[in-house]
Amino acid sequence: MGDFFSAVADIFSSPTIYGSAVRLGGFIAFAALGELVAEKAGTINISVEGSLLAGAFTGAIGYDLTRSVPLGLVAGIFGGLLVALIQANMSHRLTADQFVVGLTANVLVLGLAGFLNANLDPVVRRASVLEIPVLSDIPLIGPALFGQTWPTYLLYPLVPLTWWLLYKTRWGLEVRAVGENPQASDVSGIDVNKRRRQAIYYGGILAGLGGAFLVLGQIGSFDTAAVGGRGFIAIAAVYFGGWTLFGTVLGALVFGLADAFRLAVPVLGYHLNAQMLAALPYVLTLVVMYAITKQFRQPAALSRPFIRGLR
Amino acid sequence: MSELKAPPQQIPDPEMADQRWRSVLEMASLYVLSIGGALFISALLVAMTGSSWQKVFGALLDGAFLAPGRWGETLTVAAPMLLVALGMVIGVKAGLFNIGQEGQLLMGAMAMAFVGTKLDGPGVLLLIGGLALGMIAGGGYAALAAVMRFRRGVPEVISTLLLVFIAFQIIGFAVTTDWVLRDLDPNRPSRASTSAPLPDDVHLPIVHIFGNEFPIGIIVALLLAGFVAFMLGRTLWGFRIRLLGHNPRVAQKTGVAASRMGTWALFLSGAFAGLAGAVMLAGGGSSYRLTPGFSTNIGWQGLLVALLAQSRPLVAIPMAVLFASLRTGASFLAATGVDRKIVDIVQGLLVLALLIPPAVQFIRERRRALSAAGEEA
Repeated sequence: MGDFFSAVADIFSSPTIYGSAVRLGGFIAFAALGELVAEKAGTINISVEGSLLAGAFTGAIGYDLTRSVPLGLVAGIFGGLLVALIQANMSHRLTADQFVVGLTANVLVLGLAGFLNANLDPVVRRASVLEIPVLSDIPLIGPALFGQTWPTYLLYPLVPLTWWLLYKTRWGLEVRAVGENPQASDVSGIDVNKRRRQAIYYGGILAGLGGAFLVLGQIGSFDTAAVGGRGFIAIAAVYFGGWTLFGTVLGALVFGLADAFRLAVPVLGYHLNAQMLAALPYVLTLVVMYAITKQFRQPAALSRPFIRGLR
Repeated sequence: MSELKAPPQQIPDPEMADQRWRSVLEMASLYVLSIGGALFISALLVAMTGSSWQKVFGALLDGAFLAPGRWGETLTVAAPMLLVALGMVIGVKAGLFNIGQEGQLLMGAMAMAFVGTKLDGPGVLLLIGGLALGMIAGGGYAALAAVMRFRRGVPEVISTLLLVFIAFQIIGFAVTTDWVLRDLDPNRPSRASTSAPLPDDVHLPIVHIFGNEFPIGIIVALLLAGFVAFMLGRTLWGFRIRLLGHNPRVAQKTGVAASRMGTWALFLSGAFAGLAGAVMLAGGGSSYRLTPGFSTNIGWQGLLVALLAQSRPLVAIPMAVLFASLRTGASFLAATGVDRKIVDIVQGLLVLALLIPPAVQFIRERRRALSAAGEEA
């Protein structure tokens, strides 16, 4: 156990862990921001996992075809959006259960990505690192936040953008309204299921971008195991943050930090149990969800479908 | 109750009968269309690889049924899938969406491996004890999610899912640690990350019939399918479960405590997955040894089987055989040059396709009801 604590102290004082925490957490944050909007509108969108993987795959294909990172990212957005289109229209136009649809979409994307990857085998390269002049000189957090590959920086404007959309636009107000009280929203003339679909599309776009970021801005290759359940961690980050924007981003970074810690342990020469380290982010998620979920009020109609005339 | 009104006379309405026929026909064509669509997309993907769907279909059929010894293999695979699906059905009927079967299955297999390799006793007793402990282990693992759900409001969808990833690590730890389950036989070169095999007398009996062989797991699963169908459909207990799923508020008012009944439903749901794991191990899965990749997606696929069967336990039987045959058939695909992941796609598309017709029907009925209500008002 003493070994564990000295490892913790050592690792958290080295600057590299913060850089990798931002990379790993940033990936989760892309998805979590979109998931937050979907959940504000009342959907627990578990197909975010599928959106991430689809975005990662189409991003890789886009890059392979065009040899351009920006176009790869755009292709990733389309991949993520495609999954969101299936999810949204099956669950909020037809009335199939959102979890059934999401889960099936995840399975389908996993199969499709594996099948197409075996046949197309896209070649990917990592985007270049862009050090932002003055800011990257700040000790410890400077290189972590401002010395990353350039697609990472797409995340930063997305945070205020999402905040503005959710809290400063009429659309955002309606999104939050349909998540809290769909019946009242319906009566006041808001098309509840349309807003919910749009919120899911937004989530799909961000998750698709996140997936493409994973491939083009972080790993530099595509593998069907690349996402590996971290879409679900993104959902947990939203819970962690108590459905607040700031908390969600913080949650994503905390999970990123846990992931970075796991990767840093063997590099620095410590021998902690590998399985324990691999389980750490998930255990942390569960513990945090258990401790925190009741402290915050979730959107009142979260995961409840809206069908006019039925409560 | 001074005056009992006679019920209004039912007047046979030819138009009504006509409408019913039309809606049946509509439903049938919807099903044909959506399943046809799913198969069409799959065929397109096959065509993309330069093979033909006839060849692929032939290979699947050979691998699942026609080649010697294959349908026994298919039944072997179908047994745990059906068990997982039955657990899922119980959960869904109670309105709980347990999607962590892959992990619960591993827990069940681990319990079986523990009883089989670490305890001494007569084989039959160990076998039955292992299956029972497997159920408890799987159920207990799912019950963790129930505790989180009913004490703190954490949705079981997410907690059960996260528990899967933890289960993978627990199994990995168990089979690589000497004092837990790792194979201690020094003569085995690759003892690195497996448990010792179950001793011969702890194996499930194997049925030999028409040149095929399969463990009796499928028979157990079939019996349990009937039992679950009976319990859910014909008993007070099943009624309470379904009531909870339909309307928790009404359930609460009639004395069905959501937390207690729901915990039971989740426990049972996990117990079936755990039993599936134990049956897989005792039925010869990965040569009677627990390994890190032991579950091989059976948990996920059993879950899809339940979705495909739309939570009807008896319908789950043919669906489990269908999915099992896709899986066993897939191992014959190599000859056609088509990647075996095509099977995953077919499975996913089929589930999505079968979601559409009932949803369309539901919307139509709602619309009809609403417009009828509108006319009266």
